[in-house]
Amino acid sequence: MKKIIKYVIIDILRNKIVLAYTALLLLISITIFNLEDNAAKGLLSLLNIILIIVPLVSMLFSAIYVYNSAEFVELLVSQPLKRRTIWLSLFLGLAASMALAFFIGAGVPILLFEATATGFMMLATGLLLSVIFVALAMLAAAMARDKAKGIGVVILLWLFFSIIFDGLILFILFQFADYPLEKIMVAAVALNPIDLSRILILLKMDVSALMSYTGAVFKDFFGTQTGLVLSFCVLITWIIVPGWLSLRRFNKKDL
Amino acid sequence: MIIASNVSKNYGRLKALDNISVTCVKGECIALIGPNGCGKTTLIKSILGMVVCDSGFITFNGNNIRHNWKYRAHIGYMPQIGRYPENMTIGQVLDMMKDIRGTKNEVPDEELVEQFELNKLLKKRMGALSGGTRQKVSAALAFLFNPDVLILDEPTAGLDPVSSEILKAKIINEKNKGKLVLITSHILSELDDLISQVIYMQEGKLCFHKNIINLQDETGEVKLSKAIAQVMMKN
Repeated sequence: MKKIIKYVIIDILRNKIVLAYTALLLLISITIFNLEDNAAKGLLSLLNIILIIVPLVSMLFSAIYVYNSAEFVELLVSQPLKRRTIWLSLFLGLAASMALAFFIGAGVPILLFEATATGFMMLATGLLLSVIFVALAMLAAAMARDKAKGIGVVILLWLFFSIIFDGLILFILFQFADYPLEKIMVAAVALNPIDLSRILILLKMDVSALMSYTGAVFKDFFGTQTGLVLSFCVLITWIIVPGWLSLRRFNKKDL
Repeated sequence: MIIASNVSKNYGRLKALDNISVTCVKGECIALIGPNGCGKTTLIKSILGMVVCDSGFITFNGNNIRHNWKYRAHIGYMPQIGRYPENMTIGQVLDMMKDIRGTKNEVPDEELVEQFELNKLLKKRMGALSGGTRQKVSAALAFLFNPDVLILDEPTAGLDPVSSEILKAKIINEKNKGKLVLITSHILSELDDLISQVIYMQEGKLCFHKNIINLQDETGEVKLSKAIAQVMMKN
């Protein structure tokens, strides 16, 4: 397994897109931290950019990479290797590359400029988001044989988690404004890893006051130790479930 | 050595394999023959576990191949169209396969690499290779680890006459060492001096599996191409 991960990572590095992504993240984070006189404010600006870019790049790059490795996978499947080993190596190679890119591009500047609890939270959720969206991309790539279809699904998924989901939540909130929905909202957040990460970071920033009563309910839940542990469990579930589903699909796939 | 029992595979409505049962034993060189789209490649891919059959099972040395992967260490496979990572060089692909598959105490069989003069091309990218050179790489990889079973899907398609002769000599050589060789080809004339058995398939069904001598006796033809033509006419 180690050998195959090695070849996957060498191949990804040779491709240079991940290096460009790291450089872009590095450029954005250093610029933002230097623009704002207050590093905490910088973190807030960085948050919004990261929550858009990290899922998009992780997911698109991984999906395209998996489709382009079809030949490599075909070659490996006819060798004495478990399919599970091949698929997990591909996943681990991609996850490691994307997480490392995030760590160097955004993590290092965060640690340099704002090594506070908020900074660490952003680092942790950013790393988890990178891996979650690699897993989702692999699921899409395992399900759809057609490359255009698979990449289309990936773009739609990104749109859903970044924009459509929030719109739906707002719609429900306004439609059922007369009912107490705060507790349901806490549960609904678990359905979107991007929102969950955003809330975890915002609550550390003490700007939750801006989120009115719902914010207070969020704080009651996510502010506690149990809430925090539970949130991270949910984020990890977002890695395991798509990863496991994609593996199950790949094991039965005809190549 | 390889036994397929009642293997079926459907692609949607298309029956690629229809209840195929076949037994392949050591030391034979078997030709898989049939019109385009009759399921030859699907059968080969199911033996390799690349295609998962819908019903029936395949055993290799007595072990069911489903959920098994170690048996592939005994197979050398040369695909019909060799597809390799585009931005790796020939040298890197060869090294990678040795790294993944090679065992320390076994020396890889690089006879074909030398005879095809691939050593001179080690720095060439796979994406920039001609179809024929790619076939040479596929052939070299199939024979590299001294496998007990060789599965060759259209081995000589796209090869120049010299390389084709080198490959044929190598196949005969390996067969004489007591290995099982499975070949598909449409160029029947070049199978004449290679094979000992014939499997004929049509529309996913197995029409017959016969010894070449029996086939020659039955049809009264010495040449495989004429014998097969006669069988096809009868059907």
